[in-house]
Amino acid sequence: MNEPEIGIAVVWVFLFGYAILGSIDLGAGYWSMIYGGERENRPAQTANRYLSPTWELTNTFLVLLVVATIGLFPHAAALLGSVLLLPVGLVLLLLTIRSAMMVFAYSSSAQRFIRVLRIVSGVTGVLIPGLLLSVLPVTLGGFISMENGYPQLEFARLFTRPTEYAHLGFGLSSELFLSSIFLADYAREGGDEPTSRVFRRQAMTFGPIAFAFGAMAVITMEPEAQWIVNRIQERWPYFLLSLIVFIVSYLLLSWPRPGGRNGYIRAAVIGVVLQYAIASLAYGTAHMPYIVYPLMTVYEGATNPSMFWWLLTGYAIMAAVLFPGFVLFWRLFLKDKRYVGTK
Amino acid sequence: MHTVNMARSLFGVSMAFHIIFATMGVGIPFMILCAELINRFKPDADFALMARRMTKGFAINLGVAIPSGTIVGTMLALLWPGFMEIVGQVIAVPFQVEMWAFFLEALFLSIYVYGADRLSPNMRLLSVAFVWLGGTASAVLITDAHAWMNTPRGFDRIDGKIMNVDPWAAVFNPSIKVTAIHVSLSAFTAGAFVVVTIAAVKLLRRNLEEQVRRYYLKGLTLGLIVGLVVSLATALNGHETAQMLHEYLPEKLAAAEGLFETTSHAPLVVGGIPDAEQQRVVGGIEIPWALSFLATNTFTGVVRGLNDFPREDWPPLFTHYLFDLMVMIGSFLLAISALSLLLRKFGPRKYPRWLLTILVFTGPLALLAIEFGWIFSCSGRQPWTIYHVMRTAEAATRTANVDLLFVMFTALYVFLLVATGLVLRYYFRKHPVIEDLNKRNVPRTESKGV
Ligand code: HDD
Ligand code: HEM
Ligand code: HEM
Repeated sequence: MNEPEIGIAVVWVFLFGYAILGSIDLGAGYWSMIYGGERENRPAQTANRYLSPTWELTNTFLVLLVVATIGLFPHAAALLGSVLLLPVGLVLLLLTIRSAMMVFAYSSSAQRFIRVLRIVSGVTGVLIPGLLLSVLPVTLGGFISMENGYPQLEFARLFTRPTEYAHLGFGLSSELFLSSIFLADYAREGGDEPTSRVFRRQAMTFGPIAFAFGAMAVITMEPEAQWIVNRIQERWPYFLLSLIVFIVSYLLLSWPRPGGRNGYIRAAVIGVVLQYAIASLAYGTAHMPYIVYPLMTVYEGATNPSMFWWLLTGYAIMAAVLFPGFVLFWRLFLKDKRYVGTK
Repeated sequence: MHTVNMARSLFGVSMAFHIIFATMGVGIPFMILCAELINRFKPDADFALMARRMTKGFAINLGVAIPSGTIVGTMLALLWPGFMEIVGQVIAVPFQVEMWAFFLEALFLSIYVYGADRLSPNMRLLSVAFVWLGGTASAVLITDAHAWMNTPRGFDRIDGKIMNVDPWAAVFNPSIKVTAIHVSLSAFTAGAFVVVTIAAVKLLRRNLEEQVRRYYLKGLTLGLIVGLVVSLATALNGHETAQMLHEYLPEKLAAAEGLFETTSHAPLVVGGIPDAEQQRVVGGIEIPWALSFLATNTFTGVVRGLNDFPREDWPPLFTHYLFDLMVMIGSFLLAISALSLLLRKFGPRKYPRWLLTILVFTGPLALLAIEFGWIFSCSGRQPWTIYHVMRTAEAATRTANVDLLFVMFTALYVFLLVATGLVLRYYFRKHPVIEDLNKRNVPRTESKGV
């Protein structure tokens, strides 16, 4: 592997990390809205208990993704930045409203207020992954035109094409699937079986929907994007494997067990993350070497080797230095029964 | 050109918005750390409570600081693609290292806020110290990119291509040291005076309970002492910053001072309107020789004027007002905190009402000085984005729709500014100090927080 290929692998890791963490985070906001009626009930409390200490950290992963792309692929970032002004600008607006309203809701004690704030933050949050995923069709070709040698996004055309809506739907349903299955596990960890059951049922609904939208996103590709459809077909064993892992995880999730604690949820969570990893890796390799088809490859987009190695060294040191902090964090908020448990 | 100006406006308002919350994100943890330190070495329940209440305010502040930072971080790439293309090749390191700082702050803030009751006192102190360190380090690192834009090093630009990259020469560019110190100190200054403002507002209330009064008096004195020290340091370091301009960005200093002709024994002009036709500042107060002294430490030093530079490379002349206002506020903060502490020690009554009334304005003024300073620094670099390397028009996006985003984001900022103020007010109204003072022995946990 040469430098640009290592670089794109690093970006993929951050992208995948944010896709999972962000889906759980934004989805949890949505569930907090759904179950946070007049009197907040247990599922909403569980979602909020997870969100309070983690949303900030999750947001930092998003920033890490942006910063890594700019650092490792400055030329590609310049192209993406020019083209994506409007969609990413909208994401930023929604994200800001979402985070601010969520924090305001935590600081408020008037039920009426909290309700409104939760609805605003839930709705804005649920839209973000869909919008973010709609960036994907743009990178596949057919939506960028050149005006006086400068790239412009055909925004209006993008939003009239079925592929855009398949991607939107995939982002949305994945968010709800990933967050509900995670919260089912989180609630069980805290010993709250009824809540776990509620989220497990949601996960069982949204799992197949997400999978169907994923398949639809491939089927509805634009004619300009046929190149990637062909490459996806070449990689069918990976996608078959992904399907198998999905089915196994789904079975694990729904497996009846004695004592009412149905489903091997922890195993299902790991399986589902694995399945997304396999599918997105296969998709990613099919996307190679283009960052934006046909305008920019990873080789054209990458920074100079000396900067590249400094940045990579930086990530390694960062991971090593912060590791103890992450361990402490994990113990305090994801493991410690005094925090996770319902009292 | 229209798109360029819209991009400048959009970026400028976004930064001006972010910097309010970002500065508080550096200054408030500094004050929390001060309070926690006092409490650790000279246990005092009032300071413990102060740290807790400031943390609450800080958490609300963060709800806006973080998304607004995410906005500006991403907008750099959206609005200035030409600039970021060079950043990625030359000065990407501080941006990446800044991520550590963000993680450090995010991790330990959660640990400090939600885990405090499960931590030992020393671990708690350590977590809040990390929160402070994370915020300050992120400010220093982003300032590194800004300093590099003023004094770019570590690359050559030949026919638009970036060659001979030396990332460390870029990181340790000539202006980073003074600028980083100035930015950190000014943020601590703002943090201290915001505490002064809050305490002064409360102390102006009539018929306060005695214990509440004592609590706010302690807060006021803490704010004033810290404020005096850091604002003195800010001013001294500001002097060095001006000398950095003299050496590396002479046209910026000339515009700041409204100096047209190169001269020795240059006067410092306070106020007035710089007029290019008359080649002087009209109506300002002139302090003879002071500019030469400020720039070179001698009265005979030669300071270069704007006429030495091509007209199209002049920074906008309005930067003179911004610079003056920053320095005036800085001097005022220094004077008023010194005066207050003297009156407290030697005066007949602790903090007379007229003084408290003045002190109410110190926090907002410190924040204004930050705004003026930044707008001065960024606009004073014009027409360059990277000094003598890349012009702003070359850096900017040429995508349509910037206007639309400008309107939407400005509306959002206005709304959030008002909303954040209301939420803070509402929260502290609902949870007055007296309540906390009365239930001192109740454990620290809160069932739901941020
Ligand atoms: C509380 C805020 C505050 C206060 C009281 C001062 N400053 Fe300041 N100043 C800033 C906050 C600030 C800032 C917002 O942090 C800036 C903007 C960019 C920077 O590096 O720091 C700045 C920039 C800045 C610059 C321009 C640096 C550049 O363009 O790169 C100079 C020359 C000074 N300052 C000088 C002073 C002097 C002589 C002061 C005397 C009292 C002073 N400042 C007080
Ligand atoms: C010198 C002026 C600035 C200062 C002092 C400053 C400081 C801060 C602080 C203290 C925070 C809160 C961090 C946290 O609590 O995690 C923050 C957030 C942030 N700032 Fe700024 N900032 C400045 C300018 C900028 C600029 C120009 C950018 C764009 C490159 C930027 C990007 C960010 C980002 C991306 C975040 C969010 C980080 C997160 O998700 O945790 N900041 N900033
Ligand atoms: C946080 C406080 C800051 C404020 C209030 C601020 C304000 C501004 C303003 C008003 C402009 C428009 C200038 C003009 O066109 O006249 C601008 C431009 C710019 N600033 Fe800053 N700025 C801040 C910090 C920073 C930092 C830390 C960086 C470095 C990463 C930065 C990078 C830029 C860039 C790239 C531009 C656009 C290109 C240019 O106009 O030169 N700014 N800023």
